[in-house]
Amino acid sequence: MPLYYTQDHEWIDVDGDTGTVGITDYAQGQLGDITFVELPEAGSTLKKGDAPCVVDSVKAASDVYAPVSGTVTEANAALEGEPELVNTDPEQGGWLFRLTLSDTSELDGLMDRVAYDEFVAGL
Amino acid sequence: MSELEDQFEELEIETLPLDAWHRARGGRMVEFAGYHMPVQYEGIIAEHLWTRKHAGLFDVSHMGQLQLSGEGVDAAVEALLPIDLSTLKLGMQRYSLLLDEDGGTLDDLMVSRWPESLYVVVNGATKWDDIAHLREHLPDEITLNHLDERALLALQGPEAFAALERHVSGEYPLSALIFMRFGKFMLGGAEVSISRSGYTGEDGFEISLPAEAAPRIADLLCGESEVKPIGLGARDSLRLEAGLPLYGHDLGPDTSPIEAGLNFAINKRRRSEGGFLGADRVLDELANGAPRKWVGLTLEGRQAAREGAEVFAGSEKVGVLTSGGFSPSLEKPIAAAYVSAAQAASGTALEIDVRGKRLAATVTTLPFVPHRYHR
Repeated sequence: MPLYYTQDHEWIDVDGDTGTVGITDYAQGQLGDITFVELPEAGSTLKKGDAPCVVDSVKAASDVYAPVSGTVTEANAALEGEPELVNTDPEQGGWLFRLTLSDTSELDGLMDRVAYDEFVAGL
Repeated sequence: MSELEDQFEELEIETLPLDAWHRARGGRMVEFAGYHMPVQYEGIIAEHLWTRKHAGLFDVSHMGQLQLSGEGVDAAVEALLPIDLSTLKLGMQRYSLLLDEDGGTLDDLMVSRWPESLYVVVNGATKWDDIAHLREHLPDEITLNHLDERALLALQGPEAFAALERHVSGEYPLSALIFMRFGKFMLGGAEVSISRSGYTGEDGFEISLPAEAAPRIADLLCGESEVKPIGLGARDSLRLEAGLPLYGHDLGPDTSPIEAGLNFAINKRRRSEGGFLGADRVLDELANGAPRKWVGLTLEGRQAAREGAEVFAGSEKVGVLTSGGFSPSLEKPIAAAYVSAAQAASGTALEIDVRGKRLAATVTTLPFVPHRYHR
């Protein structure tokens, strides 16, 4: 399944018209200890660039943006009891929400892993 | 994603004596008070809990170390601070406040009695303004010496004494120091001044030392199994749990000491005699109460509320948060706010607005985590 990355450090794992969204390992490292995640509700409609999710760390609260437009189908319920999953397993078990993409062509503007790693190396 | 409110942005800025030491130890450096300082090493929660259980070494060399001397220095300082220097004997340290004419707070500080002078430690972000204020208001006979060739380390936590005692020598043992006393010692080949004080709520020490000895002494202390270096992030969460106000957030020119609950810093003789800057307001609020009070708030749930969030009693706005974050020791969000005196009683149920969502909170007696000072 292809993985795409944004300059705001979200990843989206796409299978057909379904995408799973999270934040990258680099992002969780910058945020530090995550203590709470405010998740979007299933059924909510997102435009690319909306901020449906807030990640609270000990020092700050940070928005997570929608990498693409779509409709939320599911949020990661495990984060309610274990928000630290975003620290320990950010690119697998610490996923944030799933959505049905409304326009898969929006993926064209995102980076692949090689491009994202180069982007982070340049920060 | 993006940081909504990161108070630790990175900028081109001055360096402190331990700059390379922090970087070599993996400290993540951020700008704070005009300096590069470490916000964390291994992580704020781990560092916080380590300090509460063992001992943490904090570099606080950004703070201003000042020496005041000259004929009549006590009377000159008493004209500015609500402190009673007649009861501050050699070897004693006391918390006090720099107030303006209107009773607003310019800084909070520590005053110690040295043999021929007063030694004052002020906040890093305010030190240049403090020096200007002191030079303007102190008479010409008083000499203000900025000890900017000295570093300042804080060693905090229940095992701080054991770790430090192995390395100090002097006329008297380290155990002679109780809370808010200081003395001169030898440490790592350097002459240092050590006070038994700090800003975490734990037993601990603050060590004033020559800047060039700082890396060596930091190595020496972190070589002890009880000690790890701790960043600014945990320093902030530790002091909030201890109910200690942070200047520039919980204290400022728009807050009075009585609103902040710092009545203890208005020494007894000064309450009857007055005669310090801001005395009119301070004495009036002592007699009649302040219209608002700085209180602790414990939040329900896991979501934290931050500085600037508004506090409500029903539909009525009753205050604003001055600090807020996740408490690693209590494993829940805590905050502090100025609220109307009518809403300040412990147990009062309030709500905090976080981006349009109301979080339930209860006024909580400070400190959130009990102090463990060695009195």
